[in-house]
Amino acid sequence: MTANLRRRKLFSRVFEILCALAVVVALIPLAMILFYVIKEGAGALNWDFFTKMPKPVGETGGGMANAIVGTLILIGIAALFAIPVGGICGVHLAEYPETKFSSAVRFAADVLNGVPSIVVGIFAYGLVVLPVKRFSALAGGVALGFLMIPIVVRTTEELLRLVPGGLREGALALGATRSRAVFSVIVPAALPGILTGILVALARVAGETAPLLFTALGNRFWSTSLTQPIASLTVQVYTYAQSPYDDWHRQAWAGAFLLVMIILILSIAARLAVRRLERMNRP
Amino acid sequence: MRRSSDDRTFRLGTGAFAAFVLLLVAGIAFELTRQSMLSIAKFGLKFWTTSTWNPVSGDFGALPFIWGTLYSSILALLMATPIALGIAIFISELSPRMLRQPLAYLTDLLAAIPSIVYGLWGVFVMVPFVRTLETVTPDALKRIPLFSGPPLGVGMLSAALILAVMVIPFTSSVAREILKNVPSTQREAAYALGATRWEAIKVAIGFGKSGIIGAVMLGFGRALGETIAVTMVIGNSPQVSASLFKPQYTMAAVIANEFTEAADELYLHALIEIGLLLFIITIAVNIISRLLIWSMKRRVVAPDVAPVLPAEEALA
Repeated sequence: MTANLRRRKLFSRVFEILCALAVVVALIPLAMILFYVIKEGAGALNWDFFTKMPKPVGETGGGMANAIVGTLILIGIAALFAIPVGGICGVHLAEYPETKFSSAVRFAADVLNGVPSIVVGIFAYGLVVLPVKRFSALAGGVALGFLMIPIVVRTTEELLRLVPGGLREGALALGATRSRAVFSVIVPAALPGILTGILVALARVAGETAPLLFTALGNRFWSTSLTQPIASLTVQVYTYAQSPYDDWHRQAWAGAFLLVMIILILSIAARLAVRRLERMNRP
Repeated sequence: MRRSSDDRTFRLGTGAFAAFVLLLVAGIAFELTRQSMLSIAKFGLKFWTTSTWNPVSGDFGALPFIWGTLYSSILALLMATPIALGIAIFISELSPRMLRQPLAYLTDLLAAIPSIVYGLWGVFVMVPFVRTLETVTPDALKRIPLFSGPPLGVGMLSAALILAVMVIPFTSSVAREILKNVPSTQREAAYALGATRWEAIKVAIGFGKSGIIGAVMLGFGRALGETIAVTMVIGNSPQVSASLFKPQYTMAAVIANEFTEAADELYLHALIEIGLLLFIITIAVNIISRLLIWSMKRRVVAPDVAPVLPAEEALA
């Protein structure tokens, strides 16, 4: 072996080790975050957390019942319009993938996905809060819905494209119209995947804080009204994290634990659903 | 006949929903401009170049926020890019097949963790660590402007660190996909010429260069707009400083902190104008990055179709 070749091989080896090291370096913060969220959060999570209201400043105990319900209401509003809009848009992209219009929409969805969530929050503020001069659950839900749309669009499109072409051809050969083939054959075939994809999108927006700060605002009290400010898990965690009280810090960790658990479970479910669809594709 | 009209209704009907996405982007641009007119009209370009931020006297200049956003994002990019590319290369080129899926899943998980959780962890775990780091920094080093400032823990360094962790999964997953799209003939050709593994990978990276730059820019766009985690650890003090230790401020953070306090209309419009600029910058970065990624992917399709050489046909 010439000296030159030895040098090149050594260099290659060093490079490979550096790449492996990069993986380790990235997994350290992941492990640390999960470790602390579990260590600090799991212990703080108890029945009261789910069922009790926040206690006044200075008293320990209490929970985040209002924030949990608030988050559910917010993502409910978001789902109500983001799923039909995003889903049907995804159907269009999957059915007419090559048109100029579809390319433009796909591009817009991708770009929209990269728009900071706080900017979308300002948009929802201008649309819903400003005209009535009041922060509201509705405004928060609208902000989250806008954030959800591009995710739903892309998930739906990708999963529909995984459906074997034979299914569509079969439906069309039997004389089904395009809409019939799509809605009674192709969409149902991909439905489990799409649904989990939507759940992941919901989990993602449930973890958003920034766009809620000046739309849903937050609320120390119980409220389910759509026209009133409403509490949410994330904003509550944010407020508690910045407070000087140990008990609030404890509850903030519990909230973080809850969020992370939901996301972990849903992302695993989504992975399984996609794998199932991919298996369907292989004869 | 009935069938073709059904097809048309279907196409137009679903198309209307698709058009909503286009409308949404245009709507955000329009609304943000409309809601910042007061500030745009009053300050003009001065808004971007001055540093006074005084809601009481009604003087607004956004320079410190722009500086903080760009500086923190660039620092984050400097740290995140080598690591993200290393991960992408490891997963797509080097790792044993068995490890590929789990590793990809784990790094993607970093992207799924909500930014409030990053912020919480940042405040209670990372910031104290950074504070210790800053306390033990020797005085000789502190005389350099880069390391000047009190050891607070919160500040530019903490923000850049947490941003770096947050953008790694975005860059690495796109880069991974780009590398997967590089035709294996590229690597095989390199090996055939006697290349080492690194040299073959270099060829693959060269082929996917535009896509990989796109992946890095996508990470940059994420860093620019990240709000909550940064707000919690950057210290929220508007100043233009190169120091890593000093607390600073970002565009997204000032919107998050002051939006509900903006009592008069001019103040609100000034904040929304910051949002508008943030929107324009991130849109531009995202458009460039997506175009780069797309151009790379389109280039891949061609060589797969083309090279059926006459000789091969003859042999078959």
